[in-house]
Amino acid sequence: MSYVPHTDADRAAMLAAIGVERVEDLFHDVPAAYRFPELSLPEPMSEMEIMAELQAMSEENLDTGHFTSFLGAGAYQHYVPRVVDHVISRSEFYTAYTPYQPEISQGTLQSIFEYQSMICALTGMEVANASHYDGATSTAEAVIMALNVGRGKRKRVILSPWVHPEYRAVVRTYTWGTDLEFVGDDLSASAGQGLTATLDGLTALLDGNTACLVVQSPNFLGQIEDLAGLADRVHAAGALLVVVTDPISLGLLRPPGEYGADIVAGEGQALGNGLNFGGPYLGFFACREKDVRKMAGRLVGQTVDAEGKRGFVLTLSTREQHIRREKATSNICSNQALCALATAVHLAALGKTGLRKLAELCYHKAHYAANRIAGLDGYQVTSERPFFKEFVVRCPAPVKAINDYLVDEWGIIGGYDLGRDYRHLENHMLICVTEVISREEIDILADALAEASREVA
Amino acid sequence: MKVDPRCRYHEEHEWIRVEGDEGVIGISDYAQDQLSDVVYVELPEVGDSYERGDVFAVVESVKAASDIYMPVAGQIVEINDALEDSPEVVNQDPFGEAWLVRITIANPAELDDLMDAQAYKAYVEGLEG
Repeated sequence: MSYVPHTDADRAAMLAAIGVERVEDLFHDVPAAYRFPELSLPEPMSEMEIMAELQAMSEENLDTGHFTSFLGAGAYQHYVPRVVDHVISRSEFYTAYTPYQPEISQGTLQSIFEYQSMICALTGMEVANASHYDGATSTAEAVIMALNVGRGKRKRVILSPWVHPEYRAVVRTYTWGTDLEFVGDDLSASAGQGLTATLDGLTALLDGNTACLVVQSPNFLGQIEDLAGLADRVHAAGALLVVVTDPISLGLLRPPGEYGADIVAGEGQALGNGLNFGGPYLGFFACREKDVRKMAGRLVGQTVDAEGKRGFVLTLSTREQHIRREKATSNICSNQALCALATAVHLAALGKTGLRKLAELCYHKAHYAANRIAGLDGYQVTSERPFFKEFVVRCPAPVKAINDYLVDEWGIIGGYDLGRDYRHLENHMLICVTEVISREEIDILADALAEASREVA
Repeated sequence: MKVDPRCRYHEEHEWIRVEGDEGVIGISDYAQDQLSDVVYVELPEVGDSYERGDVFAVVESVKAASDIYMPVAGQIVEINDALEDSPEVVNQDPFGEAWLVRITIANPAELDDLMDAQAYKAYVEGLEG
């Protein structure tokens, strides 16, 4: 499509049509002082000078290329094989949008179809959509879907306090203005009662008005929840079970689908996508076929054309605005196609055994680190349940003080300060260890923490 | 276009056939023709009550998803479960097998505000203009 700017004659005609002489007259409501303000900008620079300046600024950042990082809490550093960048950088894929006539792009649709199929296999679910923006929005869509499956009659949403705090915040933002009742994640009543919200405590909140119960496993503290029997209890109340999970953990753990989950959602960044300063990420989303018409987003399907040849189509997008108009139950008409492709390529490169090995590496390295830290004076590993790649450490000093010391003296990015989100977890650090961390780096962390305990506490 | 003389019609193209103090509701032949191939019908639950004009169902075709409105107020006493597996019946037999719900009619006087078959036919011809 060529871009044809307006000619002077066009502009004159348009101005005449609205009875204005000059373009400037359109702005006369803006006080003159603010119309063309003097901006105190530096003198223009050459591209070379700007590149040098930006380079210098970016080097102020602490990055995982130069610092060993034990920070996770929802964004994870994993090794992304080179093949991922190679495939997603191909110009055929290098657009984030599914075309408005999707079937014209068979390659794009096939890549989404493969991604969906892998998410289904991973989560043990029947249907997966083409992805959402991130784990938080995916979780919010899961809650909205559960409300719609309950035909809007059920107004109670039970949130485990160990669902990522930002996901819970986004769930509330997405549903703001509706008359929902959120229960379960108010810890002020139960502060100090342990790290795992007991699932018994959450199921006690189930009633005939409950649309869904949302748990995360491994939860925000890295701990693996005991999901056995949970779905039966949730279903007995007529509600849906939403499980938020880490896709890499599913290389090792039983998929939520086998526990009877109705919706499985989560952050897919860990597979194939770098930390990217917090985004773009992708939210994966899977559900049961019986509920698929309440699912947000879009679904790519495989079919045959008039000649019997394999082809791919946009099979379902029932909740989207372009078909439902103002009755749409979701605002999502898009997906994170490129990030989802990265996930699919990473999964394909890993294969079944590769994914299991990756999960095992994370598990064993995290447990090695936990053992080392548990042996340090002043530190206590307080994870009560089995954990995957993150665990909670009670520190002898405020987490911020310890983290500052680690960065300044050792070049180590420490763990997440849980006191930011949970008042009763002040001085508790969430430490993440993935396959990219070496045994030597873990040993150095232990030495650094021991020194920090002496210097800071 | 077919109309069923035993039914009364709402301007959104729903029909209701009175049977005692109950009514059977569906969508008209004109409506199914406008929607083209129906692929899904979402029905309410037995026991749900609606006012006249409330959306009680959604019929989804390859072209659009359309809300279906209550021609009169009432409570759902039966739904046509068979449509879940064979939504295409809506295209094949809109006045017969493709009934959507059976209701108890809350206020029979509301029936008087609906069109009879002849008036509805004229109404649709007016739309076609």
